[in-house]
Amino acid sequence: MKLAILSDIHANLEALTACLAHARRHGADAWAFTGDLVGYGADPHACLGIVRDLAAQGAIVLRGNHDDAALGGLWPDMNPVSREAAVWTRSRLGEAERDFLAALPYVVARKDLLFVHASAAQPENWEYIVGPAAAARCLAATEAKIVFGGHVHHPRLYFSARGDVSAFVPRPGIAVPLSAGRRWLALAGSVGQPRDGNPAASYLLFDGVSRRLTFYRVAYDWLTAAAKIRAAGLPNTLAQRLEHGL
Amino acid sequence: MSGRVGDFRILGPFRSGSMAELFEAEAPSGEHCLVKRPKLGFGSHPACYAGFETEQMVLGRLAGPHVPRCLGQGEETADGRGPWLAIERIEGQSFEAIAAAAPLPAAEVARLGVLLADALHALHRQNVVHQDLTPAHILLTVQGRVVLIDFGLACHGDLPDLAATEGGAATLGSPAIIAPEQVLGVRGDPRSDLFAAGAILYRLATGRYPFGSVASRWGLHRRRWFDPPPPRLENPEIPEWLQEIILHCLAVRPERRYASAAQLAYDLAHPDQVVVGERGRRLRRGGLRLAVKRWWSERQLDLAEPARPVRQLERAPHLLVAVDTDDQNGALAEAMRHTLRRLIAHDPHWRITCVGVLEPSIMTEQDEGASIGHSLHTAKLAILHQWAHPLALPRERLRFHVLTGGEAAAQLVDYARAAHADHIVMGARGSSVMRRYLGSVSARVVAEAPCSVTVVRVPQAQDG
Repeated sequence: MKLAILSDIHANLEALTACLAHARRHGADAWAFTGDLVGYGADPHACLGIVRDLAAQGAIVLRGNHDDAALGGLWPDMNPVSREAAVWTRSRLGEAERDFLAALPYVVARKDLLFVHASAAQPENWEYIVGPAAAARCLAATEAKIVFGGHVHHPRLYFSARGDVSAFVPRPGIAVPLSAGRRWLALAGSVGQPRDGNPAASYLLFDGVSRRLTFYRVAYDWLTAAAKIRAAGLPNTLAQRLEHGL
Repeated sequence: MSGRVGDFRILGPFRSGSMAELFEAEAPSGEHCLVKRPKLGFGSHPACYAGFETEQMVLGRLAGPHVPRCLGQGEETADGRGPWLAIERIEGQSFEAIAAAAPLPAAEVARLGVLLADALHALHRQNVVHQDLTPAHILLTVQGRVVLIDFGLACHGDLPDLAATEGGAATLGSPAIIAPEQVLGVRGDPRSDLFAAGAILYRLATGRYPFGSVASRWGLHRRRWFDPPPPRLENPEIPEWLQEIILHCLAVRPERRYASAAQLAYDLAHPDQVVVGERGRRLRRGGLRLAVKRWWSERQLDLAEPARPVRQLERAPHLLVAVDTDDQNGALAEAMRHTLRRLIAHDPHWRITCVGVLEPSIMTEQDEGASIGHSLHTAKLAILHQWAHPLALPRERLRFHVLTGGEAAAQLVDYARAAHADHIVMGARGSSVMRRYLGSVSARVVAEAPCSVTVVRVPQAQDG
């Protein structure tokens, strides 16, 4: 089994299709979408169509804070750009899309794997895992050996070490064996809105047999994705972010 | 233990160490191999598992003749005893056994040192630092090849550093051998392995370790400030060039050591080219004043995150320049020197070897005695020195070599491989007396070289 984990698609159709094609070329036969399917990008309808089709075939799909926002669950300190994008996204969703988003779970467990958008510790609070302390809280909240998540838009790998947690910045394309003697938290980065200075889309491929995890970066047509954001009348900063990966 | 792990049949115990047990086993192919299992359970050191999984992870990514092949691995077995690793069984003598006969003659120390440095360079090129290089972890096979074993403390530049997270003395390495920066917890610098190699050469040449074998806290830390006794003080028969090489490896600061194992291998293989300085001649150890100076400079040291191992090698390229000894001052020679200057501009630890070719036809025509061949050889060397003179580069960064006999392209390629060259610079022949020797070879060198090749051409004036 080769499981592709895609997080924070943010309605970026160009990035999503590029990652799916890349993952299929590398043998992916199972899919997990760890939240924030929509929000920011110009193609919520098309992206949800693709994810719903894969969900019908067994893909794991999770709820993210921006999916919540598109259903009306705006949070108090939401910045104006996110708020504007959420309101715009809501106007583009039909009943079928809204029902699909409303039914998404916060957490899914499969054997010794756990999938969540933000943190396994109170997932509905959308905590950002920005360092080993937050990663330790996440791992402490579950028995799972490996937790997959997103939300922070930076690819990271955390692992347990003598009662502590260490962080590792993964190198794209290098398979890391996740040994059974430790617990691991893999943050997939973002498919549709990378923020680590590299505009290429980020996703994970996990080999369930060898238990090797590979972080990938995929170049996609971000100029088109940015042009669509401008054409839709969404804030220009959202288009600029895609061009610079910031 | 008997029975099976994965597809491997256990034949019997092989050896039991403090961290892991080794068993003789048979692979599905029928090949005899070893199966390694960490000592887990109540009372075992937590580093046992970290060391084991580090080895599992690193060996799985290594290739080549200088490491045992990884034949299989798994996390669980039917007997519930946890993870295992199947590796190639290397038949050979360990450097520990060889060191029992130390002090060894200088030529033998150099021969073993070249084999070790070649193996280390192959490891470092794969982005791995061994971090626990001891004579017991170096095997010399019957075919005369060095194989490095036991990667429980190794550091891979592209993978999580699991061994580092354990901390404590058990994961530090061998106290008699480890580098000063390793004492301070710095990992991932290939030059730490070169310090260890220096300590091992020191032992082969003198019969003892440079800082003794006492594992006291002081014994561990004094290497941060004090030089070891010069090897020639321990064994007066050691030549100055060998002391120069050994103490170069044992420099306190990594940036004062050889920049790569390839440079160490080259010097051990070419003793006549080692520039012997005060370090090679000294018969006293550095005094307290030097130690205080080092103590102070260490306090200013910024122990930043180490770069990836391969980054260090990228900063230390070995450039091979194929020199046409008939053309020292022409436009092509000048263009080649200009190319060299550009290539070394951004790499602080470069080395250049100027290579000339002694044509076989001249050898046979004039080979009326060894003395003629010898004088041709020294004449070529002198020309190579002259060729490099306008570069005005420090002598210790330059090496000179004359290839004799055989076909020029094949010789150059073989030499580049043996000398771990990273880049070959050669001229495109327009017209010259040497064309029949060098002019036809560049295409073949480009096709067969183990590294990048730059063919330098003087811009031609365009017609019309």
